[in-house]
Amino acid sequence: MSNLTETDLHAYVDGQLDDSRRVQVEAHLAHDTAATESVRVWREQNEALRALYNPVLNEPVPQRLFAARLPRRRWPYYALAAGALGLSFGLGWISQSYRTDRFVEAAALPRRAAVAYAVYAPEVRHPVEVGADQQDHLVKWLSKRLGHELKAPLLTQQGFDLVGGRLLPGGKGPVAQFMYQDARGQRITLYVSLRDAEPRDTAFRFSQEDKIAVFYWIDGNLGYALSGEMDRASLLAVATVVYRQLNP
Amino acid sequence: MERAEIAAHIPRLRRYARALAGDAHRADDLVQDTLERALTKFHLWRHGSDLRAWMFTIMHNVFVNQLKTRRELPLDDAVEDGLQSGPQSDPLELRDLDTALRCLPVEQREVLLLVGLEQLSYAEASRTLNVPVGTVMSRLSRGRERLRALMSGTAAVTSLKAVK
Repeated sequence: MSNLTETDLHAYVDGQLDDSRRVQVEAHLAHDTAATESVRVWREQNEALRALYNPVLNEPVPQRLFAARLPRRRWPYYALAAGALGLSFGLGWISQSYRTDRFVEAAALPRRAAVAYAVYAPEVRHPVEVGADQQDHLVKWLSKRLGHELKAPLLTQQGFDLVGGRLLPGGKGPVAQFMYQDARGQRITLYVSLRDAEPRDTAFRFSQEDKIAVFYWIDGNLGYALSGEMDRASLLAVATVVYRQLNP
Repeated sequence: MERAEIAAHIPRLRRYARALAGDAHRADDLVQDTLERALTKFHLWRHGSDLRAWMFTIMHNVFVNQLKTRRELPLDDAVEDGLQSGPQSDPLELRDLDTALRCLPVEQREVLLLVGLEQLSYAEASRTLNVPVGTVMSRLSRGRERLRALMSGTAAVTSLKAVK
């Protein structure tokens, strides 16, 4: 093949050639050992980069990144760091923060749940840390980390299958997120956090966090938030089933 | 919705920043600066265009500006190529890939990561870095060959910092 360029070899490695050109390159590689060796090394480089850095996708995102806000003016790094310590992380990410502790507790739950939904629900390759194929392990692990027995509700009758779950940093400790998906790829998440205040129960509350609808409630020591990009009535139907399963 | 839209890209921005900057804390500083800049300039983003590519562009600009401020911008391609004939070192292990990346000039490292790690098309990488596709290809070629030499021990692992 006389018109083969190095660019073709790179594009071959990166999967950026159309079919006919790819066939031409493959024919050429059959009798060009130097080019074949380059292709092998470059492929290994791509694979090694992904192997080394893909785990970052599954790390908990530091709260300070959710708290990023419109900078009023440039602060030096040390001032940013010191200021961040004094702020309550995460508040203000989706909407304005509230004033009193009671409101903060009540309002923080749906907001945090919506942010966690916004971050992980669109993930194609890494939506969860532990998949539904290891459901027992997932539930045991998250229960252990939260220090409270958890359950992953069964929502197949509502059309949602468990995708899996992950551990997230909450305001005061670890938080669990279970993710479900329906046949159309629509996802909902159940966000479960441990409260350190007096055990109490609340009724369902609803919060619309931009496009994300959230039903949340407090049940004893646990706060629950069910989030999805769907209408209020459909989400309420699922939330009701979740609540009943958790309180048989 | 802009915050939620931008927030959805945080994990991938962190992956790219980690590979670009190396140190985890510095990488998250880079992500934070990028997010703040993106929120400030969100009205400039054209709806319907690729938000992720737009945010990579912002991160590129923030990163290059930081390097300039810290005077850590590595020597340019031409000077760097002259340095390749240093004393040979031992072959690097796979786990030293991170170290080897630090030895690449920033412009080669960026292209290698946008294409190899983030799997952007050459056209997307060209738009992200605001350079012609031909430049993307030559940086990719030089970057891959230099990385190959570093990993096989035929090039010295030199910390390339501009001394001014």
